[in-house]
Amino acid sequence: MMVMTEGIRIRLRQAGPIPLDATLDCAPGEVLALVGPSGSGKTTILRAIAGLLQVAGGEIACNGECWFDAARRLFVPARQRRVGYVFQNYALFPHLSALHNVMEAMLELPPAEREAKARDWLARVRLTGLEERLPAALSGGQQQRVAVARALAREPKVLLLDEPFSAVDRATRQRLYRELAELRRELAMPVILVTHDLDEALMLADRLCVLHQGRSLQAGEPYAVMTRPDSVEVAQLVGLRNVFRAGVIGHDLEQGITRIEWRGHRLEARLQTAHAPGEQVNWVIPQGHVVLHRRDRPSRGERENPLRGPVVECLVLGEQVALTVAINGSQRPPLFLSVPTHVARRNDITTGVEIGVSLLAEGIHLMPRDETRTPPRPRGQGAAAGKLATL
Amino acid sequence: MDWPALKLSLELAAWTVLILLPVGIAAGRVLAYRQFGGKAWVEALLALPLVLPPTVLGYYLLVVMGGASPVGQFYESLTGRPLVFNFEGLLVASVIFNLPFAIQPVQRGFEAIAPEVRDAAACCGLSFWRTLWRIELPLAWPGLLSAMVLTFAHTLGEFGVVLMVGGSIPGETKTIAIAIYDRVQAFDNAGAGVMSAALLLISLLAIGAAYYTSARLRPRRHG
Repeated sequence: MMVMTEGIRIRLRQAGPIPLDATLDCAPGEVLALVGPSGSGKTTILRAIAGLLQVAGGEIACNGECWFDAARRLFVPARQRRVGYVFQNYALFPHLSALHNVMEAMLELPPAEREAKARDWLARVRLTGLEERLPAALSGGQQQRVAVARALAREPKVLLLDEPFSAVDRATRQRLYRELAELRRELAMPVILVTHDLDEALMLADRLCVLHQGRSLQAGEPYAVMTRPDSVEVAQLVGLRNVFRAGVIGHDLEQGITRIEWRGHRLEARLQTAHAPGEQVNWVIPQGHVVLHRRDRPSRGERENPLRGPVVECLVLGEQVALTVAINGSQRPPLFLSVPTHVARRNDITTGVEIGVSLLAEGIHLMPRDETRTPPRPRGQGAAAGKLATL
Repeated sequence: MDWPALKLSLELAAWTVLILLPVGIAAGRVLAYRQFGGKAWVEALLALPLVLPPTVLGYYLLVVMGGASPVGQFYESLTGRPLVFNFEGLLVASVIFNLPFAIQPVQRGFEAIAPEVRDAAACCGLSFWRTLWRIELPLAWPGLLSAMVLTFAHTLGEFGVVLMVGGSIPGETKTIAIAIYDRVQAFDNAGAGVMSAALLLISLLAIGAAYYTSARLRPRRHG
């Protein structure tokens, strides 16, 4: 049996109907984001934590209290678990006013206290004056706040948020992010947030757990997971596109670097002694660690890991331009980087132009070789040819 | 106008609604939320009165409840009266042939409630009875209302089953539908016309009131 007195600890295993193999924990006051593509089991895990779904194997314990233990056939039903659950579409009681929605979560209080406390919760989520409105008469953002107030009014031992920002417009979402960030400072319970939006996870979460097909692949501080994935699978799930193969040449402990050989280039990476000299590895570099050389002042090679190659695709995405650069021939997986539109314009970067880039050693991360996954190939060349000319 | 027949029909309809309301809620809820083996067959069996000729249903009820059957004998040993050809027998038959009218609209009413709303009730800590009373019934209310009105109106108009199981004993089992038939048989078209108009008016009022209320009550408001 698991021993953990503070926070929540979850271990879920089952072969079907939805396969699960996930281990998670979340400390009081911590926000853990579960990220993964659709069908990765995020909502299933949340429902299992809430007690709305019973899985075949595993354990769930919260603050030392066992909620689920398959081995002992113990399953505490949802209504006895004290969880606050904000559903994706809020699931407010449509026939009850905002006030009564919140009051339903406080039935353990004497009736006289309920209303005053519910009004208090609604005030805390800035809904004073809207207490008597039915959910249908509230905007999406207001409904989300009622749902948050109702979840917190339960005085939950864990707060579960299932894509709580997906049903509101962008401007409202930004405002709700700020409000949640403020509110969470006051929350003393573990908070588990399900999202498929990595930016949302980066902004709100203390830790991030990447899920795929019901398996928890990697958990850690969001920036670390998104720049130093444990495997090619995680790298692809967090949207890293620069995944390549290389051989380890050796380590220089004094300089704190590991050298690798990639397509005839000797690249310097941050020291990573876990991989032995001679080992075949995959390596990844986030786009933010690929630096463009200025064309008017060509690099003389003194910068880190200089490389040159033609731009095979140049795609304007608002403020940013996504560049695809062929390194050592257009048939091999290309390098992707993103530069501000004004930088691309000032440097006259367009399809076919040869550019120089540096790969910052700090950003080069080595992973065990994964033969099952191939790095992304270049897309149809010329498809976006001359896109920048339209600027 | 055959006032005793009208009174009997209204009493029969009211008792049928009263008995079928809890039955409809319980069965409709189970059929809406539970999955079990043979569920399709149970639903088919409950819907059977919709498609079966009333005389066929009446015949089988007569066989099952008649004085020669174990059910009929048991009832007679208990009360000293036969089950068929009296009001109680009529009520049992009425309850059975109205099952689909009482259950199906309630089932649809429960099914129309978003599953997350019931999940939210569980996460709020609401008990089974509190969830039923405070969340499910108010939201399934239009279905409940339809079930009550359909059962009431259908009982008023039923003819075949009533004739088979109840006969046509004045004051005991002669309903207004049978009274209308008797009037026509006796070439009293004026009498039949008055009673038909009365039945038409009552049915129209009941169904009209149900539509009106259901449109106004959706969603039903609390506090």
